[in-house]
Amino acid sequence: MSGIDNHGPPLLKPAKLNTPIAVEIDDLNKWYGDFHVLRDINLKVMGGERIVICGPSGSGKSTMIRCINRLEEHQAGRLFIDGVELTADLKKIDEVRREVGMVFQHFNLFPHLTVLENCTLAPIWVRKMPKKQAEEVASHYLSRVKIPEQASKYPGQLSGGQQQRVAIARALCMNPKIMLFDEPTSALDPEMVKEVLDTMVELAHDGMTMLVVTHEMGFARQVANRIVFMDEGQIVEASVPEEFFAHPKHERTKLFLSQILR
Amino acid sequence: MTMAEGDLAVAEIAFVRGASIAPRPPPAAMTGVLGWVRANLLSTPFNIGLTIAIVLLLGWAIPELVKFLLIDAVWTGTDRNACLEYVQHREIGACWPFVWERLPYFIYGSYPISERWRVDVFFGMLTIGIVWLLWLNAPRRDLAAIYFFAILPVASFILLSGWAAIGLQPVDTVLWGGVLVTIVVASVGIVVSLPLGILLALGRRSRMPAVRLLSVIFIEFVRGVPLITVLFMAGVMLPLFVPEQLSPDKLVRALVGIAIFASAYMAEVVRAGLQSIPKGQYEGAMAVGLRYWQVMRLIILPQALKVTIPNIVNTYIGLFKDTTLVFIVGIFDLLRTIEVARIDPKWATPVTSTTGYAVAAIFYLVFCYGMSRYARAMEARLAKGDRR
Repeated sequence: MSGIDNHGPPLLKPAKLNTPIAVEIDDLNKWYGDFHVLRDINLKVMGGERIVICGPSGSGKSTMIRCINRLEEHQAGRLFIDGVELTADLKKIDEVRREVGMVFQHFNLFPHLTVLENCTLAPIWVRKMPKKQAEEVASHYLSRVKIPEQASKYPGQLSGGQQQRVAIARALCMNPKIMLFDEPTSALDPEMVKEVLDTMVELAHDGMTMLVVTHEMGFARQVANRIVFMDEGQIVEASVPEEFFAHPKHERTKLFLSQILR
Repeated sequence: MTMAEGDLAVAEIAFVRGASIAPRPPPAAMTGVLGWVRANLLSTPFNIGLTIAIVLLLGWAIPELVKFLLIDAVWTGTDRNACLEYVQHREIGACWPFVWERLPYFIYGSYPISERWRVDVFFGMLTIGIVWLLWLNAPRRDLAAIYFFAILPVASFILLSGWAAIGLQPVDTVLWGGVLVTIVVASVGIVVSLPLGILLALGRRSRMPAVRLLSVIFIEFVRGVPLITVLFMAGVMLPLFVPEQLSPDKLVRALVGIAIFASAYMAEVVRAGLQSIPKGQYEGAMAVGLRYWQVMRLIILPQALKVTIPNIVNTYIGLFKDTTLVFIVGIFDLLRTIEVARIDPKWATPVTSTTGYAVAAIFYLVFCYGMSRYARAMEARLAKGDRR
């Protein structure tokens, strides 16, 4: 499963914990109709911190990070993103979305636009950046995800791994403070998982605040400051990777780990 | 025995390629004209039967058409005698002198003869606008849009209906007719129905219940009523509701009726396109911070309209032909002028009606086929993003 093994690059330094709080989730609750999908979620993420969220499917982990940029509404509790409280207020939603980048399982690139246009669209229309400057920024980030030569192609002409790297570059072009990753490697062919994870590791080295929903336990071990395990819409256990893998406390965590680790 | 079998199986499974196989050309039966005919016309017994049937049908219809329209046709003459079999003592096809003499009437209706240059100028301006806008590599297409959607309508209105202050004699729309009316009605319908249809489609998918309800009521009401009824309501009932001096012109009322009717259909066509766009596209666009109208304009509509081009053009073609229904409220479109001309005693012969209808058929066919071809070219051009 894992694209990165234990003997890879050295572990990252822990985030400096005196930085301001990037995401604060207070007693968050959400329902789909009668179904209570998120139950009393509490989580504080410091600036520069890297959180990996894992758990069985249907445990609410995707829903939780989608609440952070309001792709999902919450019905109770409070959410502060970089100091801004997220409510139904459209202004606040816009403000938060400008600062939070997101990478999806299925990339969600815009198929009718070239790779470069995918990257410049939001800086031009949301940040009001001049087109030329936006293209420079886009070229910079496309080089960083190592596909500068694909800029004039359409997403449909790229491999899955390349598309996901474009999606990362697209999010970075908005110069976000926080990056959300919703199972970024789950839809990829096995041989493309590593190139995407490598890009994310680099991002982590640069000190980006990251919330990553993933089943890549090698990545979690190498990059995460904390691992959050969710089940049935609740946070069951949260701890540093060494502790999480070596001494899981909760029965559900133990069961989950025994199922995914060989 | 079992040992030997095991050895044999292993020997067959293990394989290492030595030299790589170079690509070879396909067999001759797959290429060239013969290959195409085999693959497309004669591939199965059913296909062979179909090919034979179509060849027979074309072999029967095309000579008949050519015979009527060209070989037996009458080319010169001044009245009905030129096109009468018992006067000319020969088989008579199309009666072209009739068309030739009444052509100005087919084009301008009863528009005053001294003012018909204004209609010609309008046709010219419209042609420039259409070519400029539809020719995708033309320079300054942004100006073309301003010209087509802002300058042209105002200029055409002043030019055609007249403005005494600048020396253009007013011409009542009652006098307009023929191709002029058909083109005006179709253009207004085509130009208004797409933006209005898009707004209605977005309204129908809106999260705001009031907007959604209004859109649904509008679409379902207009769509649930025959066009003839809409035209009757626009032509006859509207004047009952508004004071006489405010009551718009008869042609304007028909234009509004057609535009509203086409918009309701267009709304459903566009909605189908909107529904084909995956949810991920909305989420991807919202996640980078785009607002509702930006998401729609930059991400959703370009993709939705692209997949609905065939349906949009289908609606346009239907609309273009439906303009003939305005005759029902007393407006003389092309078909109506032909109807009037064909019963003129001066040209009354057994072939006059057929000739007139042939002219109408050719006119509508040329325009509709043109729209169809342009749409195909556009689809091919827009398909670039789908290459894999």
